Amino acid sequence: MKRSITLLLVLLLAMGALLTACGGSADTPAEEPAPAADTSADTSADTTAEEPAAAEPAAEEVTLTIGFTASQTGKQNVSSTRQVNGLNLWMKDVNDAGGLVLSDGTVVKFTAVTYDDESNTDRVQELYTRIATEDNADFLISPYSSGLTAAAAVIAEQYGKVMITTGAASDSAYKQGYTQVYQAYTPASRYLTGAVDLLASLDPDAKKVAFVYENSKFSTSVVEAAKAYAEEQGYDVVLFEGYDPETTDFGPFINKIEDAAPDAILGGGHFQDGSTFARQINEKNIDVKFFTLLVAPPEPDFADLGDAALGVIGPSQWEPLAAFTPDSAKEAGLDWYGPLGDEFVSRYEAAYDGEEPSYHSAGGYAAGLILEKAILDADSVDPEAVHAVLENMDLLLFFGHIKFDTSPEAHGLQIGHSMVYIQWQDDGSGNLAKQVVWPMEGATADTLYPKP
Amino acid sequence: MDFLFASIIDGLLLGFVYGIAAMGLTLIWGVMNVINLAHGPIIALGMFGVYLIFTGLGVNPYIGVVLVAVLGLLLGMLIYYIAVHRVINAPHLSTLLATFSINMIIIGLGTAVFSASPRNVDFSLGSMTLGPITLLGSRVVAAVASLLITGGLYAFLYKTRQGRYIRAVANNRDAAELMGVPSTKILALSFGLGTMLASVAGALIATFFPFTILAGGVYELKSFVIGVLGGLGNPIGALFGGLILGVLEGIIPTFMPTTWVPVLEFVLFVLILLVRPQGIFGAKK
Repeated sequence: MKRSITLLLVLLLAMGALLTACGGSADTPAEEPAPAADTSADTSADTTAEEPAAAEPAAEEVTLTIGFTASQTGKQNVSSTRQVNGLNLWMKDVNDAGGLVLSDGTVVKFTAVTYDDESNTDRVQELYTRIATEDNADFLISPYSSGLTAAAAVIAEQYGKVMITTGAASDSAYKQGYTQVYQAYTPASRYLTGAVDLLASLDPDAKKVAFVYENSKFSTSVVEAAKAYAEEQGYDVVLFEGYDPETTDFGPFINKIEDAAPDAILGGGHFQDGSTFARQINEKNIDVKFFTLLVAPPEPDFADLGDAALGVIGPSQWEPLAAFTPDSAKEAGLDWYGPLGDEFVSRYEAAYDGEEPSYHSAGGYAAGLILEKAILDADSVDPEAVHAVLENMDLLLFFGHIKFDTSPEAHGLQIGHSMVYIQWQDDGSGNLAKQVVWPMEGATADTLYPKP
Repeated sequence: MDFLFASIIDGLLLGFVYGIAAMGLTLIWGVMNVINLAHGPIIALGMFGVYLIFTGLGVNPYIGVVLVAVLGLLLGMLIYYIAVHRVINAPHLSTLLATFSINMIIIGLGTAVFSASPRNVDFSLGSMTLGPITLLGSRVVAAVASLLITGGLYAFLYKTRQGRYIRAVANNRDAAELMGVPSTKILALSFGLGTMLASVAGALIATFFPFTILAGGVYELKSFVIGVLGGLGNPIGALFGGLILGVLEGIIPTFMPTTWVPVLEFVLFVLILLVRPQGIFGAKK
């Protein structure tokens, strides 16, 4: 009996060790801070920054705690990991450069406190409460996805913590009367409207569109806005139907699509369902001229679908090809801030074994940049001063234009940033390559139309 | 009308594979009254088995399915000896918890090793168009394989000594033991066969749908519905239950939104439990 208990204990310990070892191997940069930061309390911003300089104005170092959760497990794992990689890279870049220097000589550095939210809303609420109260984070960054962010936003507002959201496009979180939450992404309501414009520019005779979308907060708000827009433009919506996030068999939809014979299919949801949908449309030889999906196509892994990816269009928050530069900022009358797109890409690839950054990665980095710029402009680490700067922020990053709605109806909603549309095309050597096809001024190739 | 017909054919082809998955669950229940809550993760392991064999070793996925079957059988026997055997005579809650622990261990290790990223066996057998219907090669092969497996299982249970032992143990374990049937080995074999069927179903599904380590859960739920539909403990009933479920999944979306499919499936589940708890095809016991 005693022996078997000992054996059981040894087994449990071994399994625990194995799990820890495997779990720790996630692709984060080497310098990533330990999960539970216990350093925040004594280095908290409010206590150190305002202290009068007694003898000499020596450079004081303040470490701000940035709190966020990562979906290390669960269905948001892929996109969330990229987003967190981007954010961690920003933090590493700032800290390696010696931190931010304020006018009084204070040096501001950052540390992260982060937990695995398991892609689960309940966990997000628990963990953000913990981050805000026990870990005393100074600023928050959202988790990935609109659903999780909506849960985190409630907590940010409740504890009066400024939160920059990224990876969260749904409009509704910004229409709850919150005052502390600021969105980096183009909101869902403007996500697919460009695709409708693109279709109109390609083929004035195309009139029938089908919307097939994931039943999630994000996708539903995107397609509802796009449907209203398409109907305004005179399109006939022949199919408008949602599917469960876990759907793997799109057979029933594809049969319905075949029956409705639309010119264009718009919709999708996240990576997994979108790539499955594209694959099955291809397998069933569905003849559709224009096929636009959310989220999945801009992901580099989408090319693994091979022929099924060819001609598929997707809106992207950011693309390495998108050329936002100090010059384009000057033309648009905006301030420029942060690294160039190329610099971000090369740093990211260097930090993560050559992995090409997706827009999720860029969004993570951009969220950090927004906070960084706000702290510099406020010339203070006081959350209220930072909040005031964010209210009036209007600048261009490598990620695009950043400006927030400050009206009470939609406070924090992103109104500056806009989407680019990519299409997977043959690069001439038989490989697939992404090309920007919309907006026209940023296009790197003509749209393949009708879809091969 | 055409698309209703196409949907029924799609549903039928999938139904065969659902049937195989459910057969695994129902066989274990029938022989040893154990509800195997590790069924879903084992289906997912089957998917990963084919994926690793195909992408890692470059072996044809259908040869991979055979290897997965063998590994599934061995894994099941191992799980039986480690987790189930000690509690086989304890109340149902103990075996439920034991198999649930296996579920958690597989999911935990699987997530750590493979992450929850979607995987895809990039293999196509092309498709063939017959009038309004497009038949996908991989689904036709999966349906044929499912029929062969059902036939094989039937032959095994009715034509071999081991099969007769299994049926004897299912019927009355004490009596079987008195007649000299090595019941522990037979129980382990039955558990192995159940997990083999689950892993083969997973392997076949992986040839046409993408998956994650969490993907087995959906098929586990379907297996429960099918098991009740066909009669828990009745492997052949499970195949018919699978076909019924597949056809329902094909037909329902043609006249209402697809989100209603699980609602109607579970209404059916409850109705069968209320009206005909032994299942449409009657359980063996």
